[in-house]
Amino acid sequence: MIAQLPIYQQAILLLASLVLFSSFALLAQTRVVAIIKVFAWQGGLVAITTALVAYDTGQHHLYISATLTLGLKALFIPWLLLRLVNKMGLNKEAHTVEHPAMLLIVATALVIFCYYVVQPIEMLSQSITRNTIAISMSVVLLGMLMLVSRNKAVSQVVGFMSLENGLFFAAVAATHGMPMVVELGVAFDVLVAAVIFGVFFFHIRDSIDSLDVSQLNRLSELDE
Amino acid sequence: MTALWLVLLIPLFSGVLQALFGQHRLAGNFNVLSSVAQLFASIWLAWIVLQHGPQGEIDSQFYIDSFNVYLIALTALIGATTSLFSRAYMADEQAHGRLTHARMRLYHASYQGFLFTMQLALSTNNLGVLWVALEGATLATVLLVSLYRTPESVEAAWKYFIICGVGIAQALFGTVLIYFAAAHVIPDPEQALLWRVLVEHGSSLQPVIMAIAFVFLLVGYGTKVGLVPMHTWLPDAHSEGPTPMSAVLSGLLLNVALYALVRVKILTDAALAGGDSGHDPQLAGYLMMGFGLLSFTVAGLMLHRQRDIKRLFSYSSIEHMGLMTFAFGLGGPLATFGALLHMTVHSLTKSSIFISVGHAAHIARTQSIDNIRGLIATQPAVGWGLLIGTTAIAGFPPFGVFTSEFLLLSATMEIRPWLTLPLLLGFAVAFAGLFRHLHPMVYGDIPEGQTAVKANMWPVALQLSLVLWLGLSIPEFLSRWFDQATQLITGSHLL
Repeated sequence: MIAQLPIYQQAILLLASLVLFSSFALLAQTRVVAIIKVFAWQGGLVAITTALVAYDTGQHHLYISATLTLGLKALFIPWLLLRLVNKMGLNKEAHTVEHPAMLLIVATALVIFCYYVVQPIEMLSQSITRNTIAISMSVVLLGMLMLVSRNKAVSQVVGFMSLENGLFFAAVAATHGMPMVVELGVAFDVLVAAVIFGVFFFHIRDSIDSLDVSQLNRLSELDE
Repeated sequence: MTALWLVLLIPLFSGVLQALFGQHRLAGNFNVLSSVAQLFASIWLAWIVLQHGPQGEIDSQFYIDSFNVYLIALTALIGATTSLFSRAYMADEQAHGRLTHARMRLYHASYQGFLFTMQLALSTNNLGVLWVALEGATLATVLLVSLYRTPESVEAAWKYFIICGVGIAQALFGTVLIYFAAAHVIPDPEQALLWRVLVEHGSSLQPVIMAIAFVFLLVGYGTKVGLVPMHTWLPDAHSEGPTPMSAVLSGLLLNVALYALVRVKILTDAALAGGDSGHDPQLAGYLMMGFGLLSFTVAGLMLHRQRDIKRLFSYSSIEHMGLMTFAFGLGGPLATFGALLHMTVHSLTKSSIFISVGHAAHIARTQSIDNIRGLIATQPAVGWGLLIGTTAIAGFPPFGVFTSEFLLLSATMEIRPWLTLPLLLGFAVAFAGLFRHLHPMVYGDIPEGQTAVKANMWPVALQLSLVLWLGLSIPEFLSRWFDQATQLITGSHLL
């Protein structure tokens, strides 16, 4: 099956699987600097895929999206996070992952679930789109899994941004990008969100003296 | 379309100006000025739509019909009245040293930025821009939640940011899926996300994809509506942020998120109408009914155990949003008409309540229900405002909330009689939950040393009179709008 596909589509599939792999790497990684670097690689992979799709389909506006992704997800946001981490002296910090084996099994189950969900869509007769949609959905869900399994603010932000990568990947893979005005809007929102996250690191540290968000537990419906 | 540009550009420019000069002592006045100017522009726009029908071509980026025009006017009205309240309230906060100049600048810029995103979300014809605007609304308000920089407020803001951010990301995935379904039907990709174009091609969109897309959109926008179980950010954000922001969040943001949900429900219904996809044609409606009823019930029960006055009323917002979601899910002209009316009266009443609550919290210098006592004796205007507002929101005649809840009950009795019972029970539970807390707060003995504060109760009087008016008689132009919107959503007229 795969071997009959044109070379570009094979390359897109390969890159898609690498994006999925980087999501797994994010889940299992414990050192904060490594997490940010893996995230930068994921952004880079998504950008390369976008450029390949642009070349393959001749949709030139996708080159702009690819540049935006490269600039935002692979360079600016990782740079911002690394700078903040260094400034706050967290660069040696390890973020413990509880039950790593369990987490990876759950992640695998989620990927299988995504394939199960997209299976009945008849329109996806081409195997390439079915694979890429399933993978992008998996990246979204794995990003959410990372968000709930971590209790450090930096890891949560990376999980959030990785989720955003999955969404962008879905748009590129399934529909060759969104209309330009929407893509610019989304990129603007992501940029603002990244800056606000940076501001929040300082707020959180000022209020609880660390970035361990599991200590943010004053508001709850439980009676004291 | 000049009116529409004014509605959008006034808050945008005002927001930029506030970001530069918002620490000036007249910034509060300027905030009122631009909000009132926006109100006049939106009334002008509403007048045009009333005279000449829907504005905008099918394939233009902005489209104003009877469904969104009244929400635009409502948003501008509540933006304006709340800005009046905010001027006095924030000046008092600053006088008590709770806020610095820089934070006042942030506050004013965010306030106008938030109004801009709301109007953009309402007026756009593009589902992608709608998403961008709703995400923008989160970004505009998230720093307001942590304005006081207490550990609680930072926690509330972080929760708000993460939960709404992740939630709304699901909605983007749903939007991508809609685009995917549309790309095969609509030749021009630039038009494939325009709502009007999608409606034209509604029946030829792939039902399976639209069903998956709707689930993602329901979870995504449902998070912002405050549907249980994605509601946990809402009471925190309402209770920790400044009170004017609680008023606009409850009065506007929840409405606009529900508006987005109803827009995509129309598309999903059209795609599933054939029924040959193996999905129930009413799938979207059933999902909304389920989530709505769950929110309605859970929030009603949670009212009973609140200790913070702003948390109390934010749970009441969840309850009412649940009711509206249920009604839109129920479908049919009567339920939809009732839900549209309920959106209006709930916004007016709830934002007026938050204004009274803000003043009450200033009088008692606390938000704890146990320590707010004797409001009517201390400052009758605030006490009565809170009492009448709560009476209205609990659904007593002759207020508008009674009318809309009565319509919703009748519709339920007509379409699904066995659901009347949980609804009636829910109303009773919510009523008890509100009044057991309210009674000691407005009556009760005055604590020592409690004095009146400078309060501007005109917005409350205005909004509650409007609610009363809507309860006694709905003006003809408004009922015609509601009817046209009902026709748009359900395909048939009520009147």
